[in-house]
Amino acid sequence: MSGNRTVKVTGTFLLAITVAALVGPWISPNDYVTTNLDQILVSPSVSGMHWFGTDGLGRDLFVRTMHGIRVTMLVAVVASLVSLVIGVAYGAIAGFVGGRVDAVMMRLVDTLYALPFIFFVILLMVVFERNFFLIFVAIGAINWLDMARIVRGQTLSLREREFVEAARLTGVSTARIVFRHIAPNLMGIVIVYVTLTIPQAILVESFLSFLGLGVQEPQTSLGALVDAGVNQMERASFALLIPATLLALILMCFNFLGDGLRDYFDARQSP
Amino acid sequence: MSLLDVTGLKIRYGEDTVVDGVDLYIERGESVGLVGESGSGKSQSALAILGLLPKHARVEGSIEFDGQQLLGAGEEKLNTIRARRIGMVFQDPMQALNPYLRVGTQLKQIILSHGLAEKAEATTRAIEMLAKVGLPDPERQFRAYPHQLSGGMRQRAMIASALIAEPDLLIADEPTTALDVTVQAQILDLLEDIRDNTALLLITHDLGIVAGYCEHMIVLERGRVVDAGPTTSLFAAPGHAHTRTLIAAAPRVDRGDVPAPVSASTILSVGDVAIDYDELHAVSDVNFSVRKGETVAVVGESGSGKSSLVRAVLGLVPMARGRVVYSGDTLEGPVQSRSLEMRRDLQLVFQDPVGALNPQMRVQTIVEEPLLVHEPALSASERRGRAAAMLDKVGLEEKFLRRYPHELSGGQAQRVAIARALILDPKILICDEAVAALDGTVRAQVLNLLRDVQAETGLSIIFISHDLAVVRSISHRVLVMYMGRLVEVADNENLFAAPAHPYTQALIRSVPVPDPVVAPGRAPLLGEVPSLFSPPAGCVFHPRCPKADATCADTAPTLRDLGGSRVACHHPNN
Repeated sequence: MSGNRTVKVTGTFLLAITVAALVGPWISPNDYVTTNLDQILVSPSVSGMHWFGTDGLGRDLFVRTMHGIRVTMLVAVVASLVSLVIGVAYGAIAGFVGGRVDAVMMRLVDTLYALPFIFFVILLMVVFERNFFLIFVAIGAINWLDMARIVRGQTLSLREREFVEAARLTGVSTARIVFRHIAPNLMGIVIVYVTLTIPQAILVESFLSFLGLGVQEPQTSLGALVDAGVNQMERASFALLIPATLLALILMCFNFLGDGLRDYFDARQSP
Repeated sequence: MSLLDVTGLKIRYGEDTVVDGVDLYIERGESVGLVGESGSGKSQSALAILGLLPKHARVEGSIEFDGQQLLGAGEEKLNTIRARRIGMVFQDPMQALNPYLRVGTQLKQIILSHGLAEKAEATTRAIEMLAKVGLPDPERQFRAYPHQLSGGMRQRAMIASALIAEPDLLIADEPTTALDVTVQAQILDLLEDIRDNTALLLITHDLGIVAGYCEHMIVLERGRVVDAGPTTSLFAAPGHAHTRTLIAAAPRVDRGDVPAPVSASTILSVGDVAIDYDELHAVSDVNFSVRKGETVAVVGESGSGKSSLVRAVLGLVPMARGRVVYSGDTLEGPVQSRSLEMRRDLQLVFQDPVGALNPQMRVQTIVEEPLLVHEPALSASERRGRAAAMLDKVGLEEKFLRRYPHELSGGQAQRVAIARALILDPKILICDEAVAALDGTVRAQVLNLLRDVQAETGLSIIFISHDLAVVRSISHRVLVMYMGRLVEVADNENLFAAPAHPYTQALIRSVPVPDPVVAPGRAPLLGEVPSLFSPPAGCVFHPRCPKADATCADTAPTLRDLGGSRVACHHPNN
């Protein structure tokens, strides 16, 4: 099955890149904070000290890029988990209880949708200083709305499905209906949606970092590296190209992974 | 030379061969029925003729239409043939008609794109065609959008668009499967009357339709032609075992063994039940009872309220009025509030076997689940044993316990659903169109299974169906519903031998009999079931009733005892 191959290829790539990000800084003799003003904007070389070159302050870009990937992935995964937990719980309750509870809960979501969220996140960043933790919360707070809508819609249709009615008729308890009949059938769409939320979160984080609102120096992320690279673009294009390419690859892989997983779950659900 | 000459047609998808060497010929003006069960390749063959198969299908062989090779022909050439020389009618007209265009516009497009008439004349031609297919007020239908038409009217509009270019061949793929039986009879009559010299390739699973309307028939099994010839001679002397099996499995409404009547105590009685969905009165004042070991069939067309009625008995929809008494206890409230014992005794089998099974659970978990609730003391191995024994009873081997629903065929899935319903040893089993989605041979097996279980355990069955031929073969007693009301209640033998209500008569006469010797009559009823939002005054059936008079138009009849049957009609047939 072609969907399965997509999942394998992109999954392997993402795993490899994560491992490299975790192990890479160990192997390299450099670290990500030490500046060396004698060696600024050194070009990348496989045989030399700096595999990805150095930045405007002479810091090793390989280690900084690996470090940036760590931060970016961490933000993305944690933000997605935040949206997963809030979104699934909220959506499932609204969908399963239904009626007035559902109407009130979903109108609240509609209202939150109406807020200009990027603006809201920027405000948060400005008011509470730049706080690493806050980025997770802010991004998660954007993404759970979509998740809640999707899960609610799915739960609403599952609740009316005949196998749920059959369970009711035989006397299966509500708790068992929720955990054994409805939840497992939500898993597919939730997993797919989470893999599609991760690239969104990465994009938002990169965007914030690019604006200078993300992680703080000497910490870095892919977005912050791209931002720094843009400033050196004319003298040292590698400083932009390397993190930008990696960012694009990671985003693409997550998107393909999500699509591949969707095909996989679709094939299992429909005969 | 034949009009259509298909030889050695093979269709493959990757490793799967769905059509494996089909030959078929159609002469001008001839009607040919292509029959087979699901997966036999009948629709695939038709799509291949039209060049409508998906791109990844690999097609071999030869398809000659009027001397031209269609296989491998370019889109441009096919477009001069499709609609112009070969018309098509599909099962679901809603998918074949463009929802954004008025019916008339779609007809005009065909006329104009094939240069059959000038713009001014095209409108007149289209309106004439709509009148010809029996649409009332054709000028208005010309301006209507497809969703504004009823199912039967939509299929008429579809036929109009298929025939407007006066093609040489009409391909109809299950054209009446989605329609009620009285409307089906009208559409089949229309196809017969209107096609003049147009040849017809009719694809259907229903042998009754082939027997009544096709001169020749071709039987497909797993992508191969197993039998072909004149319909009368094939029915009289089937050449292949599969044809014999199909004919034997097709139930007949005109004859049948009447199940021995049961005379035991009443187990369920339903009194004056009414169900409203807001303003819509889905079911009004229905009374009936079920005896122990008896099969009571509830028949009626769509909107008759038969599903609502049993769902109310089960507590899945609320009743507006009325009382349901089961073994002396009143059943009330939604199913969640009923006691476990009561829930145990009434079980339901759904129409769609796949939708009724949780796709994420193995068959073992599905069948065992009721035991977890009702017999929590059982050990895991005892439960497994009971589940395996139950599967054995419904004719499935133990290995099926490990399967997921998507690994089952329709018939296997329905057996699993029946196993789940029967594992608690219920007293009443409600089957809501439980065999409607199954192929003929599988349907016959499931019906036998139900009969066997009933003989063994004295189970009572409420059998909801729109298919009177099936009802005749399984039920002891029949309730006929129309627009939420009971119109006739009678024993099987009485009902089919001497139907008293005009609607019952019409229903029975509308069912095609799988026997070419029995000539199909004309469709006994005109029009379609009116909207439940504005039911006719008086007797709800009077606008369609051949016997209606002034009394019928203003007084609603009540159920009267006529000795042997209860009938709600002012002019019953003795």
